[in-house]
Amino acid sequence: MTEALDVARGVAWRQLHTFFTNKAFFVPSVMFPLFFFTAFVGGLSRISKVPGFDFPSGYTAFQFVFVLLQSAAFSGVFTGFGIARDFDSGFMRRLMLAAPNRIGIVLGYMVSSLVRWLTVIVVVTVVALLAQMNIGGNGVDLFGLYALGLLLNLAGTLWAAGVAMRLRTQQAAPVMQMPVFLILFFAPVYVPLGLLQGWIHGVASVNPLTALLQAGRGLISGRPELTVAAFAIVAGLIAGFALWAVRGLRRAEAAG
Amino acid sequence: VTGTILTQIATLGRRAVVRTARQPANVVFPLVFPMLLLAVNAGGLKAETRLPGFPTNSFLAFALAVPFVQGALLATVNANVDFARDIQTGFLNRLALTPVRGIVLLVGQLGGLLTIALVQAVFYLAVGLAFGVRLESGIGGAAMLLVLETVIALGFAAIGTWAALRTGSTEAVQGLFPVFFVFLFLSSMNIPRHLIETDWFRWVATINPVSYLIEAVRSLVIEGWNWEALGLGFAAAGGMSVIGFALAAQALWRRLERT
Repeated sequence: MTEALDVARGVAWRQLHTFFTNKAFFVPSVMFPLFFFTAFVGGLSRISKVPGFDFPSGYTAFQFVFVLLQSAAFSGVFTGFGIARDFDSGFMRRLMLAAPNRIGIVLGYMVSSLVRWLTVIVVVTVVALLAQMNIGGNGVDLFGLYALGLLLNLAGTLWAAGVAMRLRTQQAAPVMQMPVFLILFFAPVYVPLGLLQGWIHGVASVNPLTALLQAGRGLISGRPELTVAAFAIVAGLIAGFALWAVRGLRRAEAAG
Repeated sequence: VTGTILTQIATLGRRAVVRTARQPANVVFPLVFPMLLLAVNAGGLKAETRLPGFPTNSFLAFALAVPFVQGALLATVNANVDFARDIQTGFLNRLALTPVRGIVLLVGQLGGLLTIALVQAVFYLAVGLAFGVRLESGIGGAAMLLVLETVIALGFAAIGTWAALRTGSTEAVQGLFPVFFVFLFLSSMNIPRHLIETDWFRWVATINPVSYLIEAVRSLVIEGWNWEALGLGFAAAGGMSVIGFALAAQALWRRLERT
């Protein structure tokens, strides 16, 4: 176990050093969630006037929850891009040779992904507060909201790591990105589930991300709903994708 | 001489098209991604049509304009990445040693991009029609839509070509993609400008030329022949084309300068 933690510490430090010192990685990671937040809140706030839109904390808070979850999932995906890049450059083969416990490699990427997301979400939260976002929830509710994001980040990282370990090339980027993009946007992004109509309502109703969004919006507005279900879903995602990532690691090991 | 120039332009244009066609990711992604975003937004934002003053009761018709602009953008970025690769690998320098004129290089490259953008536009239009969108401007409007798409693509292509020539770097051209995307999202792509509630966003959308590109395409779909919207759209796209082409011509001249 100590060996795994040592490896994790080394991998995480390297990833975070690259992230914080390279503008090409840092700036887009922070700017994209901010940009989505700004574009959605600024451009679409009128939609909260649609009859039946009954979210009590306002459109800024409504969209903040989406951006929080989106940034969490995408920090994981971006970490997957880093893993693929390490395969392409040959670094991963050297890392695998040097690491006494290779589970530590996956753990290291997970830690770096968490720190990346925490950095991003601190910036987004500050901007949201400056934009006078209304928060109806108490401290416990907000802790729950950020915990939900944190767990989704772990799930996203494990998913992307599993893909990267299997395909071992940067060309796998769309395979990591597209399913996450689709599952996020096939949820009630712009309006509550009740206002969706047609096929998108059917898809959103069975989309597991819908429960996470509804739970997050319930927490920020101080009217918790589906909280237990959301945590159960995200725990299930982590369990499933952990298995996916570890089996991917074994495949990468077998590939040499 | 004119015949030779046209042959050279056609050869270079064909090369740009064939090279794109040989990379499935560069063909499929610009076709599928805008359609995916259209599907997501048309479903998710349908409730917006219930706002007083919303110009149509079909959000799909309202949003169909977006893929035309987005597709032109994606095609441009992909093809100009290839052009930047030509510069990086020295192909452009070798070409400069031949009798091909500089302006031919530029027109050939842009011609190839326009062909790709037009094929995409026909695809988007076909998908829209298949899902029940009817152009208020009729068949003539469809033809006008393709002309407008050509000018829009020319505007983005010229700016992208300038970036490729100026930097000679594939990464720099790829870096344009998020910049273009910022312009797209800070426009009237999802809501008419008069319904934007936030003052600063409405102001940004008003000074953003991409808003006028989208509104021109949109007017043909949901309004009919709105000459003001069309005029503004052609002016914005034409302005981008002229500025982009001038910048690209100057960058080409500098890049091919004998030292």
